[in-house]
Amino acid sequence: MSETVRIFVDGEAVSVPETATVAVAVMIAGRSVFRRSVSGEPRGPLCGMGTCLECRLAVDGELHVRSCQTLCREGMRVVTA
Amino acid sequence: MIGADIVVAGAGPAGIAAAFRAGTSKKVVVIDDNPLAGGQIWRGMARTPWTAPNALFRQNTRIVSADGKNRTLLVENQNGAEEIRYGKLVIATGARELFLPFPGWTLPNIFGAGGIQALVKCGLPVKGKRIVVAGTGPLLLAVASYLKKQGALVPIIAEQAPFRKVFRFGIRKAAEASALFLSLAGVRYATSCWVEAAEGDDQVRRVRLRHGQTTWNQECDYLAIGYGLCPNAELASLLGCGPVDEFQQTCPDIYCAGEVTGIGGVDLSIAEGQIAGYAASGQMEAARKLFPLRRRAQKFASALNKAFALRPELRALPNANTVVCRCEDVTSGSLQSAGSWRAAKLHTRLGMGPCQGRVCGPAAQFLFGWQAESVRPPIFPARIASFLEEGTTK
Repeated sequence: MSETVRIFVDGEAVSVPETATVAVAVMIAGRSVFRRSVSGEPRGPLCGMGTCLECRLAVDGELHVRSCQTLCREGMRVVTA
Repeated sequence: MIGADIVVAGAGPAGIAAAFRAGTSKKVVVIDDNPLAGGQIWRGMARTPWTAPNALFRQNTRIVSADGKNRTLLVENQNGAEEIRYGKLVIATGARELFLPFPGWTLPNIFGAGGIQALVKCGLPVKGKRIVVAGTGPLLLAVASYLKKQGALVPIIAEQAPFRKVFRFGIRKAAEASALFLSLAGVRYATSCWVEAAEGDDQVRRVRLRHGQTTWNQECDYLAIGYGLCPNAELASLLGCGPVDEFQQTCPDIYCAGEVTGIGGVDLSIAEGQIAGYAASGQMEAARKLFPLRRRAQKFASALNKAFALRPELRALPNANTVVCRCEDVTSGSLQSAGSWRAAKLHTRLGMGPCQGRVCGPAAQFLFGWQAESVRPPIFPARIASFLEEGTTK
């Protein structure tokens, strides 16, 4: 059995497999809008492999973290746009 | 500062093959941006056909700059920055998906074809989701099959290439061989068919598909769309690497292997990686023995690229308001009079956002015929501190 970890997406707790990336956890939490573009358009993950930077968001206070390349850690706090 | 006889950039099929063949007598360090080794295809060493026990893997680590004269790389990870000195460097940075702009393509829940597969492998549940799979190439079949096995509903696979080309490539045979055919029973595979537009509010709700003169709307939860692959050539360009020789060597002490040398699939990547690993560690005869293997894989690659050439109609999809550069929200309309990549950058900020042209560069090349030029460090967004730290270690 794979372990689960609990992270907070915009303050809301969500439990995900420990192998999940933050991008996946945010989607499991029901979000599709990760950030707003420079002109305010809604954006979410595109490439899923760290090159497009569309999925970047704030993780534990650090800005512009690529959520698709970051594994979830217990207690992590993630903020979407 | 750490040092290694051989540093491999990228832990995908080519990089792992190179590290494995470099042997146990050399100190090998593999640097990779992803949480797990294995590249986009294997995603985790459990799925790789071999391991490289002699190599030290540095995951979640990005190469942000390189100095060919002093044979050093500047890398960055969660803990900070570090210089790595190499004796020989094998560049196996792989490929990314080619995305082409169309109205609505920036909506959330539109992913690359390989992109959605990567997300699902990382735990995204897709059970009961309606997912349109579109774009080009045999990857679409593999992705659709994988999504179906995970419980998704795939109403259609829209392949832009015409039936005669796809048929000649032998996609049916290829699909049968990999047991895809059975798993895709009941899924419509439409050739000469492509997504013209996507609509939705804060996420995609439906796509407009075209087949010849017919267009129709297809409701969906996700769109998985990829137009093939393009090489991650930033590091190679920064180091001034040109074409490779028969030993995969591009300039003194530097080798390139896998998709970064041109898109050819996993078998070609493994062949090139092994040759580069042997050659970088001085095992020239062992490298030479793999030349026939590489030649066979090249034949497949060339057939693949011919069969799935992109149709010109795709150039006409963006309208004046369609975003081309997603980082800076530069529209197609504002680019019409630019004339070159450089002029467009200066006038519109095309390619000047965080992805540094990784998405819009290949798209602009397809749409306008512009060649992106001059790679400069940092080749990936980096912390200021990384450069300050580098300064203090010198």
